[in-house]
Amino acid sequence: MKIMVAIKRVIDYAVKIRVKPDKSGVETSNVKMSMNPFCEIALEEALRIKESGRASEVVAVSVGPSQCVDTLRTGLAMGADRAIHVEFPGTLYPLSIAKIFKALVDAEKPGLLLLGKQAIDDDCNQTGQMVAGLLKWPQGTFASKVVLDEENKVVTVDREVDGGLETLCLDLPAVITTDLRLNQPRYATLPNIMKAKSKVIKKLTPQDLKVEIKSDLEVIQVTEPPKRKAGVILSSVDELIDRLKNEARVI
Amino acid sequence: MIPKREKQVQEDCGDLLIEVLKNLVFFKVEDCGDLHMVQLEIVVIFKRDCGNLKGGIVEECGALQGDVVRLISSSSKSKSSKSLITCSTAFHFPPLNQLPDSTSYTQLRKNNLYSSWHSVNSTNTAPSSHNRNGFFSQNFNQKGSGFWIGQGLIGGVRNFSGESVSRESLNYDVVIVGAGPAGLSAAIKLKQLCKVNDVDLSVCVVEKGAEVGAHIISGNVFEPRALDELLPNWKQEEAPIHVPVSSDKFWLLSKTRAFPFPSPFNNRENYVISLSQLVRWLGMKAEELGVEIYPGFAASEILYDTTDKVIGIATNDMGVAKDGSKKDNFQPGVELKGKFGRVTLFAEGCRGSLSEKVIRKYNLRDKGQGQHQTYALGIKEVWEITADKHHAGSVLHTIGWPLDPNTYGGSFLYHMKDRQVAIGFVVALNYHNPFLNPYEEFQKFKHHPAIKPMLEGGTVLEYGARTLNEGGYQSIPYPVFPGGAIIGCSAGFLNVPKIKGSHTAMKSGMLAAESVFRTLHEGSPLEAFWDSLRNSWIWKELYTARNYRPAFEYGLFPGLALSALEHYIMKGRFPWTLKHGKPDHEATDEAQLWRPIDYPKPDGVISFDVPTSLYRSNTNHDHDQPAHLCLTDPKIPELVNLPVYAGPESRYCPARVYEHVVDETGHPKLQINAQNCLHCKACDIKDPKQNIKWTVPEGGGGPGYTVM
Repeated sequence: MKIMVAIKRVIDYAVKIRVKPDKSGVETSNVKMSMNPFCEIALEEALRIKESGRASEVVAVSVGPSQCVDTLRTGLAMGADRAIHVEFPGTLYPLSIAKIFKALVDAEKPGLLLLGKQAIDDDCNQTGQMVAGLLKWPQGTFASKVVLDEENKVVTVDREVDGGLETLCLDLPAVITTDLRLNQPRYATLPNIMKAKSKVIKKLTPQDLKVEIKSDLEVIQVTEPPKRKAGVILSSVDELIDRLKNEARVI
Repeated sequence: MIPKREKQVQEDCGDLLIEVLKNLVFFKVEDCGDLHMVQLEIVVIFKRDCGNLKGGIVEECGALQGDVVRLISSSSKSKSSKSLITCSTAFHFPPLNQLPDSTSYTQLRKNNLYSSWHSVNSTNTAPSSHNRNGFFSQNFNQKGSGFWIGQGLIGGVRNFSGESVSRESLNYDVVIVGAGPAGLSAAIKLKQLCKVNDVDLSVCVVEKGAEVGAHIISGNVFEPRALDELLPNWKQEEAPIHVPVSSDKFWLLSKTRAFPFPSPFNNRENYVISLSQLVRWLGMKAEELGVEIYPGFAASEILYDTTDKVIGIATNDMGVAKDGSKKDNFQPGVELKGKFGRVTLFAEGCRGSLSEKVIRKYNLRDKGQGQHQTYALGIKEVWEITADKHHAGSVLHTIGWPLDPNTYGGSFLYHMKDRQVAIGFVVALNYHNPFLNPYEEFQKFKHHPAIKPMLEGGTVLEYGARTLNEGGYQSIPYPVFPGGAIIGCSAGFLNVPKIKGSHTAMKSGMLAAESVFRTLHEGSPLEAFWDSLRNSWIWKELYTARNYRPAFEYGLFPGLALSALEHYIMKGRFPWTLKHGKPDHEATDEAQLWRPIDYPKPDGVISFDVPTSLYRSNTNHDHDQPAHLCLTDPKIPELVNLPVYAGPESRYCPARVYEHVVDETGHPKLQINAQNCLHCKACDIKDPKQNIKWTVPEGGGGPGYTVM
């Protein structure tokens, strides 16, 4: 069985981000980029499944500008067998990505598609669910435990939901999006990084996959959240009630 | 090493004891990150009179090298372990550097901290308690018969996972530690020479930062002299060098005024740049030429062969938890070395951890120019200011306020492009007042009426700090050792009066590359690097600049007067060479001679507190790893640093790594917030007893500078 893992190149989580002076977005030039942490977890899970013998190949895919190749190389260094880079330098939206992944899945025919639950730059939490919808595959999102049962062709997923944990049993092929507690991703070791240089990264464009990148949304402005205002010390309960009633109008 | 505790009960333990002793003492410790921290103390305590056995041990132990074995006779009446120690017979073996072969042995320290007893022929084993920094606290069990062998490990052993870890090893012709200006220039020059001579050498550069340029911070007014020699087409190849110096000012500050002085610098053909950006570009160029660069891997160990020659380095283990155990994602380090005759270059920057080890081991300071190295701590912020206040290429240096006339230091303010301004403060680390806080002096400086208006309305983009060399000509060590060389600021080629070291670092890398190429290709000795250094413009430049900084030992105004004399009249032609004063760590006075300085509180607009600034440095380390700042003797902060010097590490550290807190029992304790570390090395330099040793944390951690 083949496993396909989706990877996104995002601003590194330790970097302090700034909004561009023209408020059109976040400053991404001269800023450290790395693999989305949730995608790392997804890739780690795929590698573990492969190492336990239940999958034959792990394919890492990424959509984005040419520098995505670096992120894919990290993925290959962690242990992925192949990588596919769909090159597109402009802004991308979850639905377009989902359509691209559908086209790739149709071409590669994996048994399992793993994604991170969300990307740390846009926090959309949409792509996994949209791909599952387009493919009409079952989905197990926010996975904190994944158990693959090859013979019965099902995968049991523990999901972290608001009320606790929910266990689902999905028929393969399925889409799983990973949450933080699923595993601890491995380090890419130096020898593996060197070996990864010779692994193949296939290059495609959205036109090759017959997908048009367009969006029904337009980002008008990005601003920093307003600074927290200092608290106000009141002198009596009466003043509190007065302020709540007349100023804040909550009672 | 995690000592094992095994109970063995035997009738006649004499031979067993000798066997165990021999095995313990011959325990070889590879030169891991902090070897001098590993101390093995073997205490043999005889409960009964075992004269024959003692004699046997003395005979056998006489043949053992490198350790102290204490033989202690105790009677059943003695109660405390202390009294046992006093009646011990200790014999010392030759010190480490006189040993005939390269396997390193541990040395004994007279120290109360030991435990984890093997009790042989006894019914009890002594419990040991594990305390915070990985030290074992003492516990002595009185009961039991026979004799005990005590063995303890004092100090945190970071990279030693117990069993001799079989690490993978990769072979390269040249291994360069550090992807900074010197390291990358050496790599690029090597590959250029290979191309010209139609030879192929494999070059590998390891870098502890998460990416090339992440740990690079510098003023920086760049003199392109070395870059012109290395990559003459840098302009066409879009090097990030765009802003030529447009004006050059020098002010002497008093509390309220700024007095302009003629600028001692000649920056006419120089550029205001971000060195971090330039190094990234150099990294790209190096990769284009075929250099393999691996960021995120920290070289923590030097590898030697049996003739004590350096054959390479090993990266540290990744995935080690705080208590030393292996986590799920544990990966052993990797050895990078060369086949016979290959070369390792250390380009770790100022006070490089491995470079300092090499300098000590091969005694390179004495073999070089002879003086110790002196340092300064530079703290820098990059601001984005309003367009009306920004003048690209404007260069300003100040001296005087807020520092007193006996503390050497000053500020710099360089206007880069895109409304960005680099503002920083440098304080020489031979300051006397233990209450001096370089970070707070910087924040105070920004409030000066001549400086503050420029920053108003601006925002801070990044913050960082790093130490720099001020020793100059007098402190250059002999840079060649068996198996490699030290280049760049790890040796120390910074021109102090010019405050420029990038160009000399790059040139030293290039010269080393030429010598290395000749060594590997033709077999000529690597010592030729020293000669080529002395014949180069680095030497002439540093010789001319040699007396400026030492003149300030006499104070600010004598120093300025001597500098003026040097600059305008003598130009380095003084027949004598001034010496440096005391080493930086010895220059700190005791706290009783000074009073604490009352620094103003940060206002959050111009000046900031340390946590806010630290956040802007993008510094991060994985939380669950052993602390990389090691105390050789964990008791010294409570016994010396705090009472005598008032805990200076809590003040000079620009990242607030060190805090003196009070623990649950009311005792003062040094808390090390290693996660904050900016890798500046100030603590390694300034600690009065040189007790703090900076070692590399897990690769990829540390600051994330992008425009510094």
